[in-house]
Amino acid sequence: MDFTYTIYIVLIPLFAFLVNGLLGHKIKDSISGVFATLALGVSAILSYFTAYNYFFKVGKVDGVYEKITAFNTTWINFTDKLHIDLGVLIDPISVMMLVVITTVSLLVHIYSLGYMKGDEGFTRFYAYLSLFTFSMLGLVVATNIFQMYMFWELVGLSSYLLIGYYYTKPSAVAASKKAFIVTRFADLGFLVGILFLSFTTGTFDFITLNENASILAQAAPLGFMGLSVLTWAVILIFIGGAGKSAMFPLHIWLPDAMEGPTPVSALIHAATMVVAGVYLVARLFPIFSAVDPIALEIVAIVGGVSSLFAAIIACTQIDIKRVLAFSTMSQIGYMMLALGVSGMGEEGTGFMASMFHLFTHAMFKALLFLGAGSIIHAVHSNNLTDMGNLRKYMPITHITFLIACLAIAGVPPFSGFFSKDEILVAAMNHNPIYFWIEWAVAGLTAFYMFRLYFGIFWANDKKHDHAHESPFSMTLPLVILAIAATFAGFVPFNELVTSDGGFLDIHIHWNIALPSIAIGLVGILVAYIFYKKESSLPSKMEKSVGSLYTYAYNKFYIDEVYMFVTKKIIFNKISTPIAWFDRNVIDASMDSIANITNYFSDKIKTIQSGQLQQYITAFIAAVLILVFIFNYLIS
Amino acid sequence: MDILSLFVIIPILTVVALLFVKELEKVRVISAVGMFIQLLLSIKLVFDYIAERASGNTSEMVFQKSYQWFESINIQYNVGVDGISVVMILLTGIIIFTGIFASWKVAYLSKEFFISLIVLATGVFGFFISLDLFTMFLFYEVAVLPMYLLIGIWGTGNKEYSAMKLTLMLMGGSAFLLVGLIGIYMNSAPEGQALTYNILEIAKHNIPIEAQRFFFPLTFIGFGVLGALFPFHTWSPDGHASAPTAVSMLHAGVLMKLGGYGALRVAMYLMPEAANEMSWIFIILTGISVIYGALGAVVQTDLKYINAYSSVSHCGLVLFAVLMVNKTSFNGAILQMLSHGLMTAMFFALIGMIYGRAGTRDIKKLGGLMKVMPFLAVMYVIAGMASLGLPGLSGFVAEMTIFVGAFQHSDIFHRVATIIAVSSIVVTAVYILRVVGKILFGPIINEEHKQLTDAVWHEKLPLIVLLIAIAGMGIAPLWISDLIMESLDPIVNKLVMVTQ
Repeated sequence: MDFTYTIYIVLIPLFAFLVNGLLGHKIKDSISGVFATLALGVSAILSYFTAYNYFFKVGKVDGVYEKITAFNTTWINFTDKLHIDLGVLIDPISVMMLVVITTVSLLVHIYSLGYMKGDEGFTRFYAYLSLFTFSMLGLVVATNIFQMYMFWELVGLSSYLLIGYYYTKPSAVAASKKAFIVTRFADLGFLVGILFLSFTTGTFDFITLNENASILAQAAPLGFMGLSVLTWAVILIFIGGAGKSAMFPLHIWLPDAMEGPTPVSALIHAATMVVAGVYLVARLFPIFSAVDPIALEIVAIVGGVSSLFAAIIACTQIDIKRVLAFSTMSQIGYMMLALGVSGMGEEGTGFMASMFHLFTHAMFKALLFLGAGSIIHAVHSNNLTDMGNLRKYMPITHITFLIACLAIAGVPPFSGFFSKDEILVAAMNHNPIYFWIEWAVAGLTAFYMFRLYFGIFWANDKKHDHAHESPFSMTLPLVILAIAATFAGFVPFNELVTSDGGFLDIHIHWNIALPSIAIGLVGILVAYIFYKKESSLPSKMEKSVGSLYTYAYNKFYIDEVYMFVTKKIIFNKISTPIAWFDRNVIDASMDSIANITNYFSDKIKTIQSGQLQQYITAFIAAVLILVFIFNYLIS
Repeated sequence: MDILSLFVIIPILTVVALLFVKELEKVRVISAVGMFIQLLLSIKLVFDYIAERASGNTSEMVFQKSYQWFESINIQYNVGVDGISVVMILLTGIIIFTGIFASWKVAYLSKEFFISLIVLATGVFGFFISLDLFTMFLFYEVAVLPMYLLIGIWGTGNKEYSAMKLTLMLMGGSAFLLVGLIGIYMNSAPEGQALTYNILEIAKHNIPIEAQRFFFPLTFIGFGVLGALFPFHTWSPDGHASAPTAVSMLHAGVLMKLGGYGALRVAMYLMPEAANEMSWIFIILTGISVIYGALGAVVQTDLKYINAYSSVSHCGLVLFAVLMVNKTSFNGAILQMLSHGLMTAMFFALIGMIYGRAGTRDIKKLGGLMKVMPFLAVMYVIAGMASLGLPGLSGFVAEMTIFVGAFQHSDIFHRVATIIAVSSIVVTAVYILRVVGKILFGPIINEEHKQLTDAVWHEKLPLIVLLIAIAGMGIAPLWISDLIMESLDPIVNKLVMVTQ
């Protein structure tokens, strides 16, 4: 079957970006918004069509889904062998991502028609959204790692532009800068990793890399610390992924990124861009599992630490978007951990679970963010303390938000239950410590989500003068996502998306599912007791854990550490001295060469005074000296 | 008349025409028309060159013409181009054309200003077409000398000091260079044969290694001074800060490229053994340039200083790539010259326009300009993105080619040097976003800035031309890199023969 048309899934948003970006000031707001939305609608339909064709019409060949290069063209040649191509790779994970991205993006486009209405940068906003969607789609269909890196950077740019969308607000500008620089720093690892990879394997191409993973891993020369160069390459590449996916300790940009408009947070900082790191590891998974096991162990540890760390912080934040941001970080930690504990083929439960969780998480987290946007739209505040009792004003937002909370808390039969269960199974099989960490995180997740839920919709009898349900363009995406968040758990990922494209035999393990449901319910119950009605329990709790609460509330002071390193060390201790050195040492020595020359010429210029007497005196003196020399010394 | 000599004749004719007019309006129009013809000619040259290659001409240089000029020491006017010089000529054509428009507002002694500017461009064009070392050096001096007048008369700030400093340092560089070139000439042929300045002839003969060891560093440093090689770069911040807009554009855009081009075509190509032996010293120096320039840019507060230090870093990368001695890195060096030339010209043009409106280049006194001058602000962001190597713009193509090329060496020294150079991409992002965030975004600091206006046509035109070039190179780099690659073979072969 010919999949060449898939190139248009990527190119249509680019076209929409160019139209809105170049002609934006000449078209009416409403037209540009609808135009971008329609364009994305076409992309979404093409994605669904592709998914249908790929999974069902073409189906499996010899029991596995094939990897198809739908389109490929050379972009630049480096050497005879190394070249960057631009193309479209169709395989289960890329098709799944196409569906996720276009779906969430389309819903966010529709939602923003209402949310951003009347904003003076409306067309600019839609231009950025299209640019982001284009870059993200280009990233997931990449046929080679360099193409992925290129779109990776473009995604970073669109994230930068969208976080800094309210560019007159200094906090938004600072947040956008921070996001770009922190991820750029991580990308340095990615790039050096690519360079190592290309040097050891001689190719950038994903299919070649993955199919020859074990041969390449064996042939790779030894690097340092007893690991092969290839192992180092994938560890470095993972740093890039960890930066983009806001994994500890490169997560500091994500909470600040909430400065962007809320629909953007739903699209970029919840459903799509932040999972790019997970996707990167999944994309190179055969290589990751072929090299030294330390590489995947690092992935698992980083994922596990991040999920626990973020869940603790999420319990203490009062800005609802920041709670969701830390929640995202925690859930992505789950996905990373699942990849880290996974193997190939039969052992690939973790891989499948990770992709599964990526899929369900995209739905319920986008729903949570869009719901939060709807709430913020109504009360004009991000703070939990300004909310409460909103269920009476916003019924649709209320119900859909509840569904999302149930899904993320892992209550059956909502989607989060199924994907989280598979992750826990995979964690248990690999190492029970990982299981218990993630089990605890599941409890924390249920707690902080329902703390949010009760705090927003119940808690008190506050009157809200301006609060009202959002317009149809905003509630429609909520309802669609709520349906998806409810039923996404029934998508048979073990058939469709597995590490080797084949079928994976799974079933629900009640010995794991029951404790995880139990802890989820406990979390909900505690939140119910604490936050259903205003009570003094939360503040007592805060006091009893004492400094832990303060540390968590201040995000464990990681930001301050970064500030110290960048401001105090790099800026004050490196750059400023360099600037001083340049002016006062290097430049001064150049100047002094000129000055010395000047000084001597100043001194000797008196010799050339223009006075004949002096010249003759000197002349006679010289003659006498020469005569003296010749007469007495030489002869 | 052969097409290459036209590149020198058209500017000279333009200058002659300028001598006969007085009104500002006519001066502008004549300069613009002259340089527009020059730009068209450079585009035509690209097409002619591709057609010539397509028709099967595989000689190292095409469109060659040679006239005896000074017979007793065998100096010839000898011109010819390959893919490398063709793209450099195209770059020069674009920059001088846009530079004329960036100088539209020069009112004081405008005729003299445009004449000096065009004379400078003549030197650059002449340099790129020359195959004779002596003629090349002559054109080089023609390009450097007008700089003194342009900065000293039309500059701003501490201009006399800057002009003197820049000229003296570049003259110091050319003193090294002259010794190096004469040294090459003295060793240019085997015993008993006539000595020559012709690069192609010299390349066929191997200069004795003892002579190379002496003359290679002289030549490389001589060109390196122009390419802002650490520690001979300090003319750049002061010079750029005082220079008028178009001069900064031309200087950073093309004049600094003479350094990289000369280092590759003369120093490396003609003296490969010494290059191989001594490259480590210069790799260290250029590595320092790359990272030191970037870190230096982080704390500057004057827009032009930031760009001057940024140029030290980016041009350092050019020389770094030249020293990495393989086809990919050479290709990267040329691409980086093009890319840096275009984006730095855009930067200086924009800084000139912002300075012309706000009356300051101090980033502490600017803020929120996006609100009042959206066109200029968007262009500034794009130039910044090109500078920090965003895919889709020229910087990415060039930097990646350099990094991949440099990484073909498997020894620790080259690896470490490359990783240090690669890490400059983070520092670049820091200083670019710092400036963008400070001057374009945020609230408007100065109330008076609310009255400022956006770009007018003669400002938009050069910016759009530069933008098209930057984006074109960034989106479709294949044809331009292939054009360069095929011309690198003679140089690479000669250098690789030595290392094996």
